[in-house]
Amino acid sequence: MTMQVDLVSPERILYSGEAEMVLARTSEGEIAFLTGHAPFIGALGIGRVIIRPVGGADEIAAVHGGFVEVSNDRVTILSDVAELASQIDVQRAQRALDEGERRTMEADDAEALARLARARLRVQVAGGTA
Amino acid sequence: MAGGQERILRRRIKSVQSTKKITKAMELIAASRIVKAQQRVDAARPYAEKITAVIGNLAAGGAGLSSPLLIPRETVTKVGFVAVCADRGLAGAYNTNVIRATERAILAARAEGRDYGLICVGKKAQSYFRFRGYTIDASFIAMSDQPAYEDARQVAAAVTEHFESGDYDQVELVYTQFLSAATQRVAQRRFMPIDSELLEATASEGPAADYEFEPGPGLILERLLPRYAEARLFAAMLEAAASEHAARRRAMKSATDNAEELIIKLSRIMNRARQDAITTEIMEIVGGAEAQSQGAADDDDLLIDHIGAQDLFPQHRDQAHHDHV
Repeated sequence: MTMQVDLVSPERILYSGEAEMVLARTSEGEIAFLTGHAPFIGALGIGRVIIRPVGGADEIAAVHGGFVEVSNDRVTILSDVAELASQIDVQRAQRALDEGERRTMEADDAEALARLARARLRVQVAGGTA
Repeated sequence: MAGGQERILRRRIKSVQSTKKITKAMELIAASRIVKAQQRVDAARPYAEKITAVIGNLAAGGAGLSSPLLIPRETVTKVGFVAVCADRGLAGAYNTNVIRATERAILAARAEGRDYGLICVGKKAQSYFRFRGYTIDASFIAMSDQPAYEDARQVAAAVTEHFESGDYDQVELVYTQFLSAATQRVAQRRFMPIDSELLEATASEGPAADYEFEPGPGLILERLLPRYAEARLFAAMLEAAASEHAARRRAMKSATDNAEELIIKLSRIMNRARQDAITTEIMEIVGGAEAQSQGAADDDDLLIDHIGAQDLFPQHRDQAHHDHV
């Protein structure tokens, strides 16, 4: 038994396929979905989403806020800004992270902090380290 | 004079030809962009559909639809209009259609005694309304060609701000629907308050599932509705972009056709002028040659050149005689 998983951003479908487990971080904490999970709607924070397909490498995505809906063995993840690990340019992300760290040192407004958090997540996801 | 006319025509044809090259290039570019824009419209659809479904499920699952974005105001004193058109012209009536529809709607709102607010997307809308002295609350340029989600988010944020602060009591969205590559239509849609009936109708079929919410349904809805508004605006902007390219392709195609026709007409006139000039020249040559050959052949010509003075005047005859002797 598997679930149908869709990771959708406004501009395109990032991932669509069968999977046996989805791990996400809602604003309350980490949550994992397995087959037969009760219907669920949650708001996602900034964090990783891990999709484990049947017999294959995990698909990791950086999700910067969004929503997850689970019902009838269908997992739908909606996110304004989401990137698959394989699509992240590590060097660019690293540069953005360095830049962000320098900026927040100078002035830590909310926007700079948010940008830093995004950059950190990107590097984390792309680098494969948690 | 004939040669001068030919030269003028040749220059004219050349300029029409270079114009044609430009319009042809624009036509091809627009044609290739239509396909891309259409793909973007299709790519954005799943998100919009899913987010609508989630809100529907949320409503069915017990979240009270009590968000300020959902409740129609009792008295509407000010209507906000969001006009989505292009930054560039040369797209036939594309911009004019949207601008006209918006202006008509504004006039209608005023006739009902309501105030209006205006948010322009695209340079053309901005310059039209500014020139005519309308007050523009916000305007966004350099995003109509290939709108990104971030652009839609900015516009939606401006609209939501005006709506939530109570400035606008209702927001109408005017944009061009992309029905097919051949048909686009200007549409006016209620953008805010969000039509809650529309949302409830799209909840997934089957018995309402008992959802768990994290955090509470009210909080999720509060965060979801702005995203929904953004997604709707984004879809409208993408359709508008596709329509823009389709309109431009059509306008440029007819411009190219016109140029072609004009070139044919002008070259015909030019050829006739050249032929006329050649004919005149030949006539002149023939006339001249005829005159010369006649002068050489005829003995009793009018131009008498073999008669001496002695033939005409008797007093010279003697003299001539003497001379001869």
